[in-house]
Amino acid sequence: MSDRFSGLLLRRADDALVLGHRLSEWTGHAPSLEEELALANLALDLIGQARALYALAAEKGAGEDEDSLAYLRGDREYTNLLLLELPNGDFAVTIARLFLYAAFMDPFWRAAAGSRDRDLAAIAAKAEKEAAYHLRHAAEWLIRLGDGTEESHRRAQAALERLWPYTGEMFEPEDEVLVAADVCPEPAGLREAWNRTVDAVLAEATLSRPAECWMQSGGRAGRHTEHLGHMLAVMQSVARAHPGGKW
Amino acid sequence: MYSQALNTRDAGPSAEDADALARFQARIDAEEKIEPNDWMPEAYRRTLTRQISQHAHSEIVGMLPEGNWITRAPSLRRKAALLAKVQDEGGHGLYLYAAAETLGTAREELVEQLLSGRAKYSSIFNYPTLSWADIGAIGWLVDGAAIMNQIPLCRCSYGPYARAMIRVCKEESFHQRQGYEIMLTLCRGTEAQKAMAQDALNRWWWPCLMMFGPPDTASQHSDASMKWKIKRFTNDDLRQKFVDATVPQGLHLGLTFPDPELRLEDGHWRFGAIDWDEFKRVVAGDGPLNRERLAARKAAHEEGAWVREAALAFAAKRRRKAA
Repeated sequence: MSDRFSGLLLRRADDALVLGHRLSEWTGHAPSLEEELALANLALDLIGQARALYALAAEKGAGEDEDSLAYLRGDREYTNLLLLELPNGDFAVTIARLFLYAAFMDPFWRAAAGSRDRDLAAIAAKAEKEAAYHLRHAAEWLIRLGDGTEESHRRAQAALERLWPYTGEMFEPEDEVLVAADVCPEPAGLREAWNRTVDAVLAEATLSRPAECWMQSGGRAGRHTEHLGHMLAVMQSVARAHPGGKW
Repeated sequence: MYSQALNTRDAGPSAEDADALARFQARIDAEEKIEPNDWMPEAYRRTLTRQISQHAHSEIVGMLPEGNWITRAPSLRRKAALLAKVQDEGGHGLYLYAAAETLGTAREELVEQLLSGRAKYSSIFNYPTLSWADIGAIGWLVDGAAIMNQIPLCRCSYGPYARAMIRVCKEESFHQRQGYEIMLTLCRGTEAQKAMAQDALNRWWWPCLMMFGPPDTASQHSDASMKWKIKRFTNDDLRQKFVDATVPQGLHLGLTFPDPELRLEDGHWRFGAIDWDEFKRVVAGDGPLNRERLAARKAAHEEGAWVREAALAFAAKRRRKAA
């Protein structure tokens, strides 16, 4: 049970860290000063979620501490969604990804706030508030981009098409034992809520929902895109160059 | 916008007659704050616009050297702290631009001055961040030097700037302690970590002393700024204060300063000659990263243009719908 629970925590922690890291790459390069501050906030929320989840996983025996889990595991040990490791692309890709993910995580954390595991429930209760804000921020931007200029519409639609094949992975089954024990929600059960959010926002944004298509998979099993290795190489470079170093 | 209402100036005295100037100076001498709608000499307005906008530009360009290490911060705690710090700098930039706008120049125009190279920013950000220890050194030294400069600005005669500086200084002093704590951790760490800290101090020390600007004998702006109580201490006074405060901190870390002439004399740490040729060269545009820093800002501005245009177009559509 403990391994199963750690696996769940690591999946969700890796998701949060990988997306938080990607968002942090915008620092100093955002399209406006206001958005600079907002993107940093989003990244900070996600890195904060990752830390809480890693710390709990470490407590359950998954590793020494949050940093050993973040900095000393290789890409084959990371179990994040492929969607979240893709490069930032332009602002439309960044926003569309955040939207598609937050539209899932908002109901996920809300459900997980009722988890039988009190530690996870506490993390989820905080994360849900953050995810609700992430969803609102991303939806507002997606609507602005979709219903803004011709160029922004084209870019937003292209972003959705690019990311769509990576959305299926969010709904892959969670650990059945944990679901049965009411530790976490079954992702498939959140699909309807996700569909409603996505359809409503896309309609307001005058964007079309991409056609259903073959879905990418593999992140949960540690089979990643070519991008994660590069991301981790950068992220872990200092920590790995100084084994045992305290920072 | 709060500040746009102020863009239309009062007619005020049509010529800057001696009476108006005398009344203005009397208010300054009585330590009254000058507020956006008050009459002020054009030169006072120009000086402050230049100073506040340069300060804002420095915050924004200053996000780049530290941003360079967010993706490589060696622990999650450090990563979050650095990201939050760089975000604070963006926030400082935002409210300093707002303070500058109260003097009648829009943020867009000020940013344009930066991107076209007409406006300056602090030259310290034209030096590269080459190791994680540079993040410690920047917090400890660069923010430390900035605080020396900025604490007196909390009493600046121009109200909006003085008030902005109170908040900026609180955050900067937190950053400074955080930077010193990074250095302390490195200096208590492995040999390689300590060497990293020493190397960072070696590279940042002299450029930090240059942050206070040219020696008093050569400064162009000091006299009028002192009379108007925009500035309250001279460059050399502040530089000495910084050195006196910082040297004992460096010695406590067990580090050495890259200055063989550094010595304690009459209660002050006296330092060797600053390379003013290097200072002038970097200010004039030939520092290690002047071109790259500006190119990065321009790229962000240009690549973000379609996003800003989309937001404007969307807002206009919504206004039409609501009408």
